[in-house]
Amino acid sequence: MQDNYLSGGLRGLGRRVTSRIWRLGFASRFLLAILLYSGTALRRFGLTIREIYFTGVLSLVIILVSGLFVGMVLGLQGYDTLQRYGSSEALGILVALSLVRELGPVVAALLFASRAGSAITAEIGLMKATEQLSAMEMMAISPIARVVAPRFWAGVISMPILAALFSALGIFGGYLVGVQLIGVDEGSFWSQMQASVDFREDILNGVIKSFVFGLIVSWIAVFEGYDCEPTAEGVSGATTRTVVTSSLAILAADFILTAFMFRGV
Amino acid sequence: MIWLAIQSDRMPLPNHPRPRFVSSEPLVKLTDVNFTYDRRPVLQGINMEIHRGKVVAIMGLSGCGKTTTLRLIGGQLKATSGEVKVAGQVINDLDNDGLYQLRRRMGMLFQFGALFTDMSVYDNVAFQMREHTDLPEDLIHDMVMMKLHAVGLRGAHHLMPSELSGGMARRVALARAIALDPLLIMYDEPFAGLDPISLSIIGELIRTLNHALGCSSIVVTHDIQESLKIVDYVYFVSEGKIVAEGTPDDIKHSKEPYVHQFVWGEPDGPVSFHYPARPYGEEIYRETARAR
Repeated sequence: MQDNYLSGGLRGLGRRVTSRIWRLGFASRFLLAILLYSGTALRRFGLTIREIYFTGVLSLVIILVSGLFVGMVLGLQGYDTLQRYGSSEALGILVALSLVRELGPVVAALLFASRAGSAITAEIGLMKATEQLSAMEMMAISPIARVVAPRFWAGVISMPILAALFSALGIFGGYLVGVQLIGVDEGSFWSQMQASVDFREDILNGVIKSFVFGLIVSWIAVFEGYDCEPTAEGVSGATTRTVVTSSLAILAADFILTAFMFRGV
Repeated sequence: MIWLAIQSDRMPLPNHPRPRFVSSEPLVKLTDVNFTYDRRPVLQGINMEIHRGKVVAIMGLSGCGKTTTLRLIGGQLKATSGEVKVAGQVINDLDNDGLYQLRRRMGMLFQFGALFTDMSVYDNVAFQMREHTDLPEDLIHDMVMMKLHAVGLRGAHHLMPSELSGGMARRVALARAIALDPLLIMYDEPFAGLDPISLSIIGELIRTLNHALGCSSIVVTHDIQESLKIVDYVYFVSEGKIVAEGTPDDIKHSKEPYVHQFVWGEPDGPVSFHYPARPYGEEIYRETARAR
């Protein structure tokens, strides 16, 4: 009896693991198909620009406001810690490095996944549920080329720009709190920041991170939408999966990238 | 003239002249087609011929395999065995490019229209013209207006799909399906959920467009009364097999019990009212025993 339970449990676990591996394989082939069918999205760039508006421009408010508040909180917390060691003048460095290296790319990507990633999944999922993708196929137009690829590239292009704007507003928020509110010396704030932030080590690595996160979020979002069950529950489940999987993937990728980029620095 | 214009540039010319008259060579031919989904046989030994210029109905209960047959003809599904031939080409043998070339000569009306919700009525109809041809925008405008005029919705060209009624959406989808003057038009449940006026308008449009375009039409439906008025031939499908076929008159007077029950809408017959279950007494006894 106990053996039956054990073997049943193992079989169930094995089934789940193999189905996840199958799905990962399917997602990889799907990414390959997107890259192969990207000609239309890049040749008729207007299609991608339109999607950049929906995914990038419409995400601006949440990204900018969040960036400002994160920077303000960093200013407060950073000052509180630094002044204990008599180095409150280094607040500019702390705010800038935290944002450019980590918080900018990561938090902007998490917000992007919740705002734009979920919207992309829901849109493609609903197009599938209402047979719009099938209709396109029957018109001899590839939905991957016409619908998926422009959204994918729009996400990949938007993400580094959004992360840069997040960091810029964050630094401005840190300046407002640190310099204007608390009274840290303005000259030290900016000059120490300028002296310590390296373009290649810090800014470029941050941009690479946000590019990778944009790729991950866009890939997951378009795949979940395209692969979802064409029902209301299916679309809602796919949208949730996009946010959860993207968030975990961003954090995992951040750890790996950070380990490679900043070891020994 | 407009037909020639559509065929210019990226649109390849068909290998044969445009069929204006009924020919003996079937446009669509299914030979011993079987289709299995997840080890479950959906279609078994289907043989079907659709001749040029004809309107043919595929009828049967929901889930009997009608739409699957349509998807096999459109190449969205591949037959497990047997041969599906459209315009002389075997669907299973075509690669992706070949299939897309063939689909440019097909039009399909989906059950609920499947209009692109982010585009206006005008853009929906113009979509294929813009994607498959390099025609100037003013010529596309004229062609879109002609197609919309044919379905009586020229005045609605500026509306969005969300502003249309079910019948209007179906008519716009029909205008979109005939955008490039197809050889074959497939209709998936074109009468579902329509009011009587919209229903007869769609029925009339299917017949007149088939005649005007000189194409063939396949209508998948379970609306017996409306479809028998407009079709030339009927295939009856039940549990994945063709159980009867013939002209509308043959079908009306058929003695086949399944067809008789379907045509006259009898609640009981070969298709029973009850879903297969254990004997009623056993079920009740079991429930009573459990309650104790």
